[in-house]
Amino acid sequence: MDLYLIAHIAGRGVAIPTEQVDSVVDLGDVVAVPCAVPSVRGLSALRSRVLTVIDTGTALGIEPMPDDCRRAVITRIDGHHYAVLVDSLDDVARYEPLPLSSGLSLQHGWASAGRGLVDRDGDPLLVLDLAALVPGAHKVSAAAA
Amino acid sequence: MDDLLQEFVAETRETLEALAGEIVAWEAQPADRARLDAIFRFVHTVKGSCGFLDLPRLARLSHAAEDVLAAVRDGHRIPDTALVNAVLAIVDRIGEIVEAIDAGLSLDDSSEDLLIAALAENAAPASAPAPAMGHRAAARSVRLNVELLDRMMSGMSDIVLARNELARRLRDDDVDPRVEAALERLSVTVAEMRDTVTRTRMQKIDALFSALPRMVRDTAAELGKAVTLTLEGSDVELDREMIEMMRDPLVHIIRNALDHGIEAPSDRRVAGKRETGRLTVSARQSGNQILVEVADDGAGIDVARVAAKAVKMGLCSAAEVDAMSLAAREELIFAAGLSSKDTANAVSGRGVGMDVVRANIEQIGGRISLTSRPGRGLVITIQVPLTLSIMPTIVIGAGGQRFALSRASIDEIVTARGDTVRIDAVGDSAIATVRGERLPLVRLSALLGLPQTGEPGTLVIVGTRDGSYALGIDAVLDTEELVIKPAAPAVMATGLYAGQSLPDSGLPMLLLDGAGVATVAGLRFERAIAADEQAEAEAAAPAVPALLFEDLDGQRRAVPLAAVDRVETVDASSIRYVGGRLRLSADGAIVPLYSVATLDGRASLPVLRLTDRETDVAYAIAEPLDIVDLPTTMAPANGAGTVAGVVLIGGEPVEVLDPLALFAEAEPEPADATLCLLQDDGTGWMDQFLRPTLEAAGYRCVAAVAAGQRPAIALSMASGEREAGVTELGVPVVRLRRERAAGGEDATVYRYDRAALLAAMADTIATRRIG
Repeated sequence: MDLYLIAHIAGRGVAIPTEQVDSVVDLGDVVAVPCAVPSVRGLSALRSRVLTVIDTGTALGIEPMPDDCRRAVITRIDGHHYAVLVDSLDDVARYEPLPLSSGLSLQHGWASAGRGLVDRDGDPLLVLDLAALVPGAHKVSAAAA
Repeated sequence: MDDLLQEFVAETRETLEALAGEIVAWEAQPADRARLDAIFRFVHTVKGSCGFLDLPRLARLSHAAEDVLAAVRDGHRIPDTALVNAVLAIVDRIGEIVEAIDAGLSLDDSSEDLLIAALAENAAPASAPAPAMGHRAAARSVRLNVELLDRMMSGMSDIVLARNELARRLRDDDVDPRVEAALERLSVTVAEMRDTVTRTRMQKIDALFSALPRMVRDTAAELGKAVTLTLEGSDVELDREMIEMMRDPLVHIIRNALDHGIEAPSDRRVAGKRETGRLTVSARQSGNQILVEVADDGAGIDVARVAAKAVKMGLCSAAEVDAMSLAAREELIFAAGLSSKDTANAVSGRGVGMDVVRANIEQIGGRISLTSRPGRGLVITIQVPLTLSIMPTIVIGAGGQRFALSRASIDEIVTARGDTVRIDAVGDSAIATVRGERLPLVRLSALLGLPQTGEPGTLVIVGTRDGSYALGIDAVLDTEELVIKPAAPAVMATGLYAGQSLPDSGLPMLLLDGAGVATVAGLRFERAIAADEQAEAEAAAPAVPALLFEDLDGQRRAVPLAAVDRVETVDASSIRYVGGRLRLSADGAIVPLYSVATLDGRASLPVLRLTDRETDVAYAIAEPLDIVDLPTTMAPANGAGTVAGVVLIGGEPVEVLDPLALFAEAEPEPADATLCLLQDDGTGWMDQFLRPTLEAAGYRCVAAVAAGQRPAIALSMASGEREAGVTELGVPVVRLRRERAAGGEDATVYRYDRAALLAAMADTIATRRIG
């Protein structure tokens, strides 16, 4: 049994492993980053920290998150803090991780971000890997070399 | 120096404390390699620090211990109890001396010879002197964990933001003036506090550089080398932690450069370099990185030797080495336990250096790279992140957004509407002309895809390493000192930004990378040739200046400038054919005049007045053209005459006059001087170097035989080809060689051996007369 944060993205429920979650916040103003990839919505401040705000919808290859979307899950990847936008948050609970059902064909960004399933009272929820939503995070070392 | 000493004491004390456990563990298990390495590193570091702090006693002790430990590492010595005890006695002694230094006390050094002697194999164990502790001075400084400083810094930023928010809210309501006064006081305190906290972390890299000149001087002297050190970018500020972490690696790299890189003066002379080696240590900021470069002009990496050593040490197999690229083989110097030097000395040791250096740099998230140019030097670049470095910036507005731009990258800020500025469209790009200087113009809001508000109101002239350009922005809003942190990879991937910051407004701001903007905008600059390289080329081949002119026959010719006294215009009427040749009468004297063609009824013409300080001759020309540098390669002319050879100037062959031939023909030789024929090989060496010596010795030198002349002797280079004609004339020849050592034929004379040359000439002439 692992601990998961249940959230809604683009109308769908997802489970985020809590070890990936730093905190959950409502963001203040977001400053755009011109020329960055579309999934980077901009920068926002959380206390003295600068967060890179990820437009989760765009990162998943579906429609962008609404402009007034403020709720975000904060995660730390390679020493940088990211705010991953979500529609809403449900609760935190323990679930048994299950492999992706065989024959399940995920499209768009879901395919690369989906890690498995959890069963929430009969509803299957996709386990989401936040690092897969962050552009360039896993390519840093290759680009730097 | 005091600061350094303090730091050394604190550091050594701290390492000793940490080492105490290792020592006990090693004592219990002398075969434990990891413990051995830890102790080895400790004595090695102490040895290195002593080198530039001038602590000979410590240096001696640590060097002795290091020698023994190295022998153990290589398997030459067994770490038995006696050895362990002896090493531990030395480590203890180092601790005592360090405490004594700190307390400013003197410590009796009588027992140190015994301690060192005890390290020898089969030595009688030294009776350890009773440790004379108890005079440890009260510490005057506190060494802090940098993480603590980090937390302080981020807490400080939180306080500032909270203060700002409080001020904003209070402004909205009517508040008691006493509350306002209290807030004002809070603000001042917070600002002061922030400066202090910031200062605790930041340091100029000068703190690292200031110890280098002395260290380089001492190390070079120790090695018998002459080295000039140049430091650049001492005012680059960076995180104190970075400076701490870079100290040891930098010292190691510099010591390596002095010991392995820069050659001994005699070797440098042979290699055709100036005897004094050059070492440049520079720091600069590039994007969100600080680059520290150590460049020497030594021998570079001896790749073959490094590879052979790596194979010998068993680090990799010969087959693996064969499969490696050149870069990979050079990288072998970073392998553990490798040193290209076969014998260890007090300076750079046994390869504990580069692997530790790399580990230290990587530990702080940096990288180390090298560029080796065999025979010409090695450049080692340390690249460390700029985390937390503070930067003076200007805040600019473009397309309704704010950006920061490092003040260091800005040459100038001008308003686009001023009289001195013009903006022209050239094709699909634009050029800004600022006070007559043309610069490519980059419109920031267009480049960033932001809404454009007409023509840019302000131009910021941004200087990059390659060139300058004008950045068109809406307005300059503010100046601010910002703490810059690296931005997320997705942001850095744009290539436009050097980092991000959180100013007092509480809204994140991006720091533009001046060079990155130029690259993204597609600007291409012609890279300026480093002035230094140019100077080097000039030093290598001193150019001979010459006057280029158009001759009367329309040909371009040149004459060495040294031979030209002046160029003057004369009336054609002052040139007459008298006494068997053309002569120019001027200033009450008559000088012989050369002309390659008829004067063609010119009324006046320019004339070169050539002089060798005794004889004057004139040479009629059509027009003087330019002063040029003669190339060093000259093709010898066929049939000599007044032309010494042909050179390429501006892609065209140009005949170079032989002033000597002109003088020789002009002035019949006095019968008494011994005539010497110089058969130069076209380099002008004989004329420039040999002739003054020979003339001083009473010879009269010519480069070509004029009719009726009969040289008594001829000189030619051993490799010269023109001696056949001379031997036909029956003139004896003395041949000169370039090499100092005698070659296969014994009849040659080393060309710079003045005495031998004059003797050989006299002998040859004398033999001739007798025979």
